[in-house]
Amino acid sequence: MKIDTASEIPIFIQIAEQLEDSIFTGIFQEETKIPSTNEISMIFNINPHTVLKGMNVLVDEDILYKKRGLGMFVKEGAVENIRVKRKNKFYDQYIATLINEANKLKMSKEQIIQLIERGYSNESH
Amino acid sequence: MRAIEINQVSKKYKDTLALDHVQFKFEHGKIYGLLGRNGAGKSTLLNIISNRIFASEGTILIDGQDSKDNELVHELIFCMSEADLYPNLKVRELMNWTEQFYDCFDKQKAIVLCKHFGLDQNKKINALSTGYKSIFKLIVALSLQVPYVIFDEPVLGLDANHREMFYKLLLEDFEKSQRTIIIATHLIEEVAGVIEDVVIIDQGKILLQDSVENLMSKGYSISGLQGDVDMYCQDKNVIGFDELGNMKIAYVLGELDERQLNERLHPSSINLQKLFVKLTESGGTF
Repeated sequence: MKIDTASEIPIFIQIAEQLEDSIFTGIFQEETKIPSTNEISMIFNINPHTVLKGMNVLVDEDILYKKRGLGMFVKEGAVENIRVKRKNKFYDQYIATLINEANKLKMSKEQIIQLIERGYSNESH
Repeated sequence: MRAIEINQVSKKYKDTLALDHVQFKFEHGKIYGLLGRNGAGKSTLLNIISNRIFASEGTILIDGQDSKDNELVHELIFCMSEADLYPNLKVRELMNWTEQFYDCFDKQKAIVLCKHFGLDQNKKINALSTGYKSIFKLIVALSLQVPYVIFDEPVLGLDANHREMFYKLLLEDFEKSQRTIIIATHLIEEVAGVIEDVVIIDQGKILLQDSVENLMSKGYSISGLQGDVDMYCQDKNVIGFDELGNMKIAYVLGELDERQLNERLHPSSINLQKLFVKLTESGGTF
């Protein structure tokens, strides 16, 4: 995890994104405890209230839940929730920007499809 | 109420008005950043809050008590000073005196912190380097168990390792004590993650007070051809510009106006430091 305090992205969003990524890649497993606000706060020199705010974003998205007196845990099904969320974002994040850039470069739809096919065939080699 | 309440505070020095009817409060249990350019009035304000100088007008209430000439306030608030008092005393001696003066001084903690930072307690204050002079003052401030602690340029002269160490100790202390910490500094990027709320003072007035996140969500930049940018900015609250040849970058406060965007205009977010610089450069209002 790395937090960039000079970034334009609000720190609580960075915390949420990094935690989400760690859950998705299996660093924090479902039904296990994640580090406390305290621990994260001290490692990255981030205000604990900001860390908590980042965690609460993931609570709202059904990725984390709070066990009273024990801390934050990864919810069962969290990885699947993240997968669905990222799939939903896939169009905006990749396809829309791809088409936008292709238009600027005056590349045709056929050329783009060809490139995608080339990408897949490179991968299978 | 648990807060430092600053009510219509003004300070005049002969012809200059250093503070002009300042009105806001520091709530209990938060870490604040007090930002302002050189000569904006930060130190004057902090000196009034901590009872070192008096306001020409207005009052300061600390947890509801008037701070002026009030002995009780000394167990509530501590301001790390920039002046080196008692330069001929040894670190150890000065710590003993501090213990005499403040009931709430945790000397054991101070000794542990000295070792942590590698501060030699047998050295005289005036024999310490700039960095270690700051470190000594930080140690005293961190070891006083008062509910309000103010750091005025806390990392002056500290190397990168000692700065990291300080922010860690500060957060550890905050986690345990949940007191109010006020950091006055020019190193905005360094404290951007540590502070929760920001107060910006400019030309003796409070320019704004907000949470770091709110502030960042309110500001954005828009870049493109000069004519396009000028057109977009017509009815916006613009706090500053940068120009690069034909390209113009405008820094704007408020909501992004999607209807007036076109493919030649590029909006992006701005960080806290940029916001601060632009806000205090123009002297604009928020």
